[in-house]
Amino acid sequence: MKSKWWLISLLVCLAVACLSPLASSSPDGLERVAEDKGFIGLAGEAPFQVIADYVFPGIENEVLATMLAGLIGTLVLFGVAYGLAWLLKSRKGRAVA
Amino acid sequence: MHIPDGFLNIATVATTYAVSAGGVGNAVRIANRKLGEKQVPLMGVLAAFIFAAQMLNFPIAGGTSGHLIGAALAAILLGPWAGVLIMSCVLIAQCLIFQDGGLLALGANILNMGIVASFSGYYIYRLVTSLLGNGRRSTLVGGFAGAWGSVFLASIVCAVELAVSGVSPMGVVLPAMAGIHALIGIGEGLIAGAVLSLVLATRADLLQLQRI
Repeated sequence: MKSKWWLISLLVCLAVACLSPLASSSPDGLERVAEDKGFIGLAGEAPFQVIADYVFPGIENEVLATMLAGLIGTLVLFGVAYGLAWLLKSRKGRAVA
Repeated sequence: MHIPDGFLNIATVATTYAVSAGGVGNAVRIANRKLGEKQVPLMGVLAAFIFAAQMLNFPIAGGTSGHLIGAALAAILLGPWAGVLIMSCVLIAQCLIFQDGGLLALGANILNMGIVASFSGYYIYRLVTSLLGNGRRSTLVGGFAGAWGSVFLASIVCAVELAVSGVSPMGVVLPAMAGIHALIGIGEGLIAGAVLSLVLATRADLLQLQRI
């Protein structure tokens, strides 16, 4: 059980991602400053969009679309960071061998 | 605090990309030497948690929200260079998949929320815990202070980048950014404290891992 702590932790992270539709939609600190000081208009559109603004495209229900985006991102980040760490760790092993 | 494209001039884009590329390259080299078996799942869990928690904007004063950065938490648990790696994964994914933070601004975002936030959070934590000694209270106070300081300092570096790029005078954008992020930093400190408290209660040994 003790060795599976990270699996439980990942489930907690996925639960946190499911709360994402409850997030405040107010502008964040930088956006607020950019609005107040009059330079928000300089912000450009991205040249391509995948899951823009954390809303999965093609799903009408915005709560579900946001949750899905959160779940996908959480799993992607777990996989990428775990994979990167595994590569760096195992390369150390090979250098010794 | 994700800077979109359009705010930074070319000189700032080039400088911040160069600094961040150097920083991430160094982080990879150090992790390659020091990263052990035990840290691998924690790297994955922290990146997943930071991504999920960053989506949860919490309201602060005056119709403004803030969200976790998470660099201080990652750096306290795994060390500042590991923090840089984790934050780079999160920021690159947010930029490429979720269009949060510009492509040209990615170097600046990694510099602010990855490098500046990880190192400031880690060393403030180290300073506070060395003053208060060992124990739960010391870890939690240090975690809160490191997390708050990481947001505050990252916002100041962000403001300098904006001012140097000519979008707003230094005397205007710097106090505005520092002021609002002094408030957002309280949220960062409370979340970092809560997570550290949970780690102490369930897996205190994770705080004893070698820092990278």
